[in-house]
Amino acid sequence: MNRTRRRLTLALAGAGLAAGCTRSGGDAVRLRFWAMGREGEAAKELLAPFEQANPHIRIEVQQMPWTSAQEKLLTAFAGDVSPDICQLGNTWLPQFAALRALTPLDAPLAASTALDARDYFPGIWDANRVGATLYGIPWYVDTRALYYRKDLLARTGFARPPRDWAEWTRSMAALKARSPSDYAVLLPLNEFEPLLALALQQDAPLLREDGRYGNFRSADFKRTLSFYAGIFRREWAPALSNTQISNVWDEFGNGFFSYYISGPWNIAEFKRRLPADKQGVWMTAPLPGPNGPSASIAGGSSLVVFRSSRHPKEAWQVIEYLSRPEVQGRFYQLTGDLPPRRSAWAEPSLTRDPYAAAFGDQLERAKSPPKVPEWERIATEMRLVTEAVVAGRLSVDEAAAELDARADRILEKRRWMLARGSVQ
Amino acid sequence: MKAERAAWLLVGPALLVIAVFFFVPVLAAFALSLTDFDIYALADLRNLRFVGADNYLTLLATPLFWRALGNTLYFVVLGVPLSIGASLGAALLVNAKLAWLKPFFRTAFFAPVVTSMVAVAVIWRYLYHTRYGFINYVLDLLGLGPVDWLGDPHISMTAIVLFAVWKNFGYNMIIFLAGLQAIPAELYEAAELDGARPLAMLRHITLPALAPTMFMVSILTMAGYFQLFAEPYVMTEGGPLQSTVSVLYFMYEQGFKWWNLGSATAVAFVLFLLMFAVTLLQMRLAGRGMEE
Repeated sequence: MNRTRRRLTLALAGAGLAAGCTRSGGDAVRLRFWAMGREGEAAKELLAPFEQANPHIRIEVQQMPWTSAQEKLLTAFAGDVSPDICQLGNTWLPQFAALRALTPLDAPLAASTALDARDYFPGIWDANRVGATLYGIPWYVDTRALYYRKDLLARTGFARPPRDWAEWTRSMAALKARSPSDYAVLLPLNEFEPLLALALQQDAPLLREDGRYGNFRSADFKRTLSFYAGIFRREWAPALSNTQISNVWDEFGNGFFSYYISGPWNIAEFKRRLPADKQGVWMTAPLPGPNGPSASIAGGSSLVVFRSSRHPKEAWQVIEYLSRPEVQGRFYQLTGDLPPRRSAWAEPSLTRDPYAAAFGDQLERAKSPPKVPEWERIATEMRLVTEAVVAGRLSVDEAAAELDARADRILEKRRWMLARGSVQ
Repeated sequence: MKAERAAWLLVGPALLVIAVFFFVPVLAAFALSLTDFDIYALADLRNLRFVGADNYLTLLATPLFWRALGNTLYFVVLGVPLSIGASLGAALLVNAKLAWLKPFFRTAFFAPVVTSMVAVAVIWRYLYHTRYGFINYVLDLLGLGPVDWLGDPHISMTAIVLFAVWKNFGYNMIIFLAGLQAIPAELYEAAELDGARPLAMLRHITLPALAPTMFMVSILTMAGYFQLFAEPYVMTEGGPLQSTVSVLYFMYEQGFKWWNLGSATAVAFVLFLLMFAVTLLQMRLAGRGMEE
């Protein structure tokens, strides 16, 4: 109880402070732009030329740590001190759309000559639509692909990475047989993303009836879950969470596992953290699918304009500027974040990076997770129930039924609201 | 009559502050716990439903809540005596006449209390590491098999207890030290003249004299340990298999991860009632002990 009270008090105090900062001084238009982590730093640098070219617009970039960003944004919304523009993770977009906190961007997009929806990776673009309305413009993208050890695969007779689950299965069996004390793949038990990526490769949606009910008892999801659980049952993957592996990069270098499903940020990490003699032996590949190359998660961050903004026109100008291919190229150089526009992929430092190519290929087939505000919670339940399957406490059928039950409980309020017509 | 009015005037500001910053929020929180307040309600109050005792009933029917309660009780039952024992032992050692480098040990034992939880959690995660951890290295030297400290759902909570006790015992040690130094030296001198052994002195002088301190320490420690949160939050994120989810961790996830503030406040009130009951029990027991 103590904690709740403290949090609420803090939240109120925070809102008060923020309110103190919103005076608009002079005749220049002041835009408040909130961004998270490293992107916040890069945004300041990227926007300097824009401010020079547009002296009547002043942009105050505020950096937030990722871990508390959602809390800060919700508090700001409750206190009516939301920023004008904000970087928003794709999975949070449905939440803020449900809050009616975001400005629909269809009209400015239709009027814009600088932005072309067809230039964007389709899955990422789709992740920014809730119902028929567009709420965000992708800023950078991320998806999950496969990191693998070329040398260890070659030693077991695989000259190229697997393209489908059958090949992948054979390769994992061979890796485990050759080095029984190591593992073929790392699927951390505290992450839902690897399983989600594999689940999105199937045709059946994860929620049914417009996000009213869970659809985990579908044959498609059960197929994915059986495949995933089988990897653990045959001890091709260690039943570990990421917090128990003190250093994922070292262990990858040690050959503790040969495959790892992760996002593009790990390209830079592996380059930096693996010793020189291990640098030539790893590579990235698109995720193997049930029958050949298939989907993965459409993730990343978008730029949104808050409904409370008094300068939506100027905010849109900033979004247009940050979406220019050359600015996105610079953004990639500064942060390593992959651009969402195909034309920005012509950036030389990106085409020269052999590790990025697999992600570019994967992004063409990236697919958005269900766009309901409750999704992250359901995905967490998916991870917890799967952990019980891996531990042998539930069968695949029991787990699917349990997941549907939990998802239906979580979605109860959404069903009530849909019936009243107060949410999309 | 006049004195009475002056008294009210003097305590008035303090009472007002307590009312505004304590009673009003608690009442508001209780009202919140009777609704299904969530982010939808944040958007539009018309999305708020009054659900009566539903949050409480749902909570009692949620297996994870009972698991969290069980985990927390295990932590309290194992952790509180261990922690008090360690604090008392350390205080007696540091206070002993024969002790050497007293200020150094006092500081060393207190150091974990003031170090950052996240920093020491990282170190303890290394210590607990199944393959490379120092603890398993020592066990190996003793000929014992490796223990999967943070990965085995039957052991993870014990690992959290050991970590928490190490982190917190220094605080109570300081309180015990103050208590020990307040015991008049004459008592020990008299006992020595009567030919009492050190163990007898501990039983008949030190422990009875420390009883009030012990009472306070046990209530504070218990209240603190019931609010277990940071240790599993930074060490295990509640895993493996939710074996380290505590009641407060459960509440945090409900409230600040999923924004179900209605059910989160219901958890808070249940925890409050539980702690209130246990404290009453402790006072009853301690009261009886002191009358004897």
